[in-house]
Amino acid sequence: MAETQTQALWWASESFWRKMAIWVTAGSFVVLIFLTFDTVKQITAGTKRVPAYSAINNRIDYVFDAGRNFQVPVIGVEEPLFGKKLTEAEAEAMVSHGKLTTQAKNCMGCHTLLGNGAYFAPDLTKAWLDPAWGSKDAREQAMVDFLMHPELAAHNALGRRMPNLGITEDEARATVAFLKWMSSIDTNGFPANFKPIDQADAAAVAAPVAEPAAPAADLAASADVSSTPAQQ
Amino acid sequence: MAALGMLTSANLNGGQKLAVKYFTVAIALFGAQVLFGMLAGIQYLKPDFLFGILDFSVNRMLHVNAMVVWLLFGFIGSVYWMLEDESGIPVVGLGLGNLIFWIFTLAVVVVVVVYLLVQVGPGEQSSIWLINEGREYIEAPRWADIGIVVCVLAFFYNVAATFAKGKFTNIGGVLVMDLIALAGLYLAGMYYTPNISMDQHWWWWVIHLWVEATWEVLVGCLMAYGLIKTMGVRRKIVETWLYIEVALMFGSGILGLGHHYFWIGTPEYWFTIGGFFSALEPIPLVAMVVHAVFDAGHHKLKSSNNPALGGFMHTLPQINLYTHGTQWTASHGHLAFFGAYATMVIAFFYMAIQKWRGDVWMGANLVGAWKWKWAIFMLHAGMITMVMAMLVSGYEQSQIERAIGGSTWMAYFAGQEHRWFMQGMFWRQIGGWMFSIGFVLLVWDMITIGKRETRAAYVLPTETVTA
Repeated sequence: MAETQTQALWWASESFWRKMAIWVTAGSFVVLIFLTFDTVKQITAGTKRVPAYSAINNRIDYVFDAGRNFQVPVIGVEEPLFGKKLTEAEAEAMVSHGKLTTQAKNCMGCHTLLGNGAYFAPDLTKAWLDPAWGSKDAREQAMVDFLMHPELAAHNALGRRMPNLGITEDEARATVAFLKWMSSIDTNGFPANFKPIDQADAAAVAAPVAEPAAPAADLAASADVSSTPAQQ
Repeated sequence: MAALGMLTSANLNGGQKLAVKYFTVAIALFGAQVLFGMLAGIQYLKPDFLFGILDFSVNRMLHVNAMVVWLLFGFIGSVYWMLEDESGIPVVGLGLGNLIFWIFTLAVVVVVVVYLLVQVGPGEQSSIWLINEGREYIEAPRWADIGIVVCVLAFFYNVAATFAKGKFTNIGGVLVMDLIALAGLYLAGMYYTPNISMDQHWWWWVIHLWVEATWEVLVGCLMAYGLIKTMGVRRKIVETWLYIEVALMFGSGILGLGHHYFWIGTPEYWFTIGGFFSALEPIPLVAMVVHAVFDAGHHKLKSSNNPALGGFMHTLPQINLYTHGTQWTASHGHLAFFGAYATMVIAFFYMAIQKWRGDVWMGANLVGAWKWKWAIFMLHAGMITMVMAMLVSGYEQSQIERAIGGSTWMAYFAGQEHRWFMQGMFWRQIGGWMFSIGFVLLVWDMITIGKRETRAAYVLPTETVTA
């Protein structure tokens, strides 16, 4: 009994824990490597979870999936961005230009993308589908205009504004392409309970564009000091 | 030896002379972190403050980057500090280590100046190579990434070669292995892809596996050395604990990476893996706290805060769906970084100053002891105030923006404009002022502590006595 005072028990000994440390670390790392191979395969662009860049040629929606019990992106009918259908290579180049723009302007310094970044401005994961843009027809141009002159728009009663980052028209259009493509990524239902912009086909309705678009465009451009009471 | 209480580099060995250079830059960057955090905090309350001149994105980037770099400088300095003591021989390749220090520091200065004056660039590759990579925490442009890897490799050479030539202790062994992982993981963050899911997948390898695995083990090594040095704890006990910590940290931390893979496009099996393993992550931290309880009353090694409490629930997917990307995260981040890392590095600063002044007395009844006591109080009180305030805002944000509002932009601003959110931001700023005062006191204390002290340091009983 007296010996146990100086000689550590096997489960409390240094050599036991050294072996444990090595085996646990190596084991975890091997499991991680296997999972990484599978994950990388599943998040390569052009797969089910992360669609091809040419998804920007189509309507992208975010609808509830009863089987998975959360909202999932759905790639719908053809609806080319800025009215121009792109090849896969052209689409990739445009999305990439947009992604580079988001990096060069450090969007993550204020916004979150896929929920990661800073919390001074809204999450951009579903920015393409946000009802704040008003109507789906006015959306593309509204986004470009906003990105080029964000400092002119008051979004909120707080007076928080986005600064002018010198975004050119090309960069703004590419950024919109990147945002549209990002909204097609299957994010396991993040954000939850999201209410996307109405994208139902307006084709059947022959109403003049100007009339319903006017208040909606106004909402998009300066959305919106007056929105606060409506929210509460 | 020079007079007791004087700052004299003759009191230090070669590695320690280099260490105090790293510590000096680390403290300056700590100050920058506090300053830019304050500016960003003010912008929550007064959005027009510095609008278009030094925008929130710039301040926030400098705030988090300064943190990463000052802790890194603190860690590197701490390792140089203990290296000769631990290995029993002078640092191998110290000249290279010195050269690298100046290159590293110069590179940091250039990066910061570009952040401040250039800020953003066109949407081209040249911008991410020269100005800003736009990826949270590792915004540093690509040229600087390459520079960091070169610097870390030179540092690694110093450490590995010194231990290999001298005494390779268990602490040394763990440290060398950990540094290999630290340098290797950084490479995962150094590439461009248009695919943001892929981008964030590898980005987390750097962010998570640094902060929640390799940094933890590095701090474990430093703490092990610190306990032997300042408390005279038996080496055998400390090293056994270190292995236990490595097993727990890597065992939970490596697969705990999965808790960042819930919402970025990655497959659903990460819910189970990430939720389970990251829920285990508090265990090693609690173990470290148990470890640190021994230090109570000994100001040179302040006890680690427990960053785990808020983090625990936050990592379960069912909850994270509503907290991901909110002030919850900011709250957790502040407490975790401060508790786990900042306090450890500050402890090393004090150990360094003591030796630098010729091993002066730094125990009870110290002249001017009110400064460090108030510094610690203000830093901790300020941190707790900030964290609690952000937590209140985070609760409100999850409820209004996420649960009720459905996460649209309107819902976001409804959450931000809410009185409770803004009250949280206000109190966060108060906490920031308290922390700033604590920082000023800390620096003042570090400059003056032991200055007029004439007593020599308390000599710890040697191992044979305690055994």
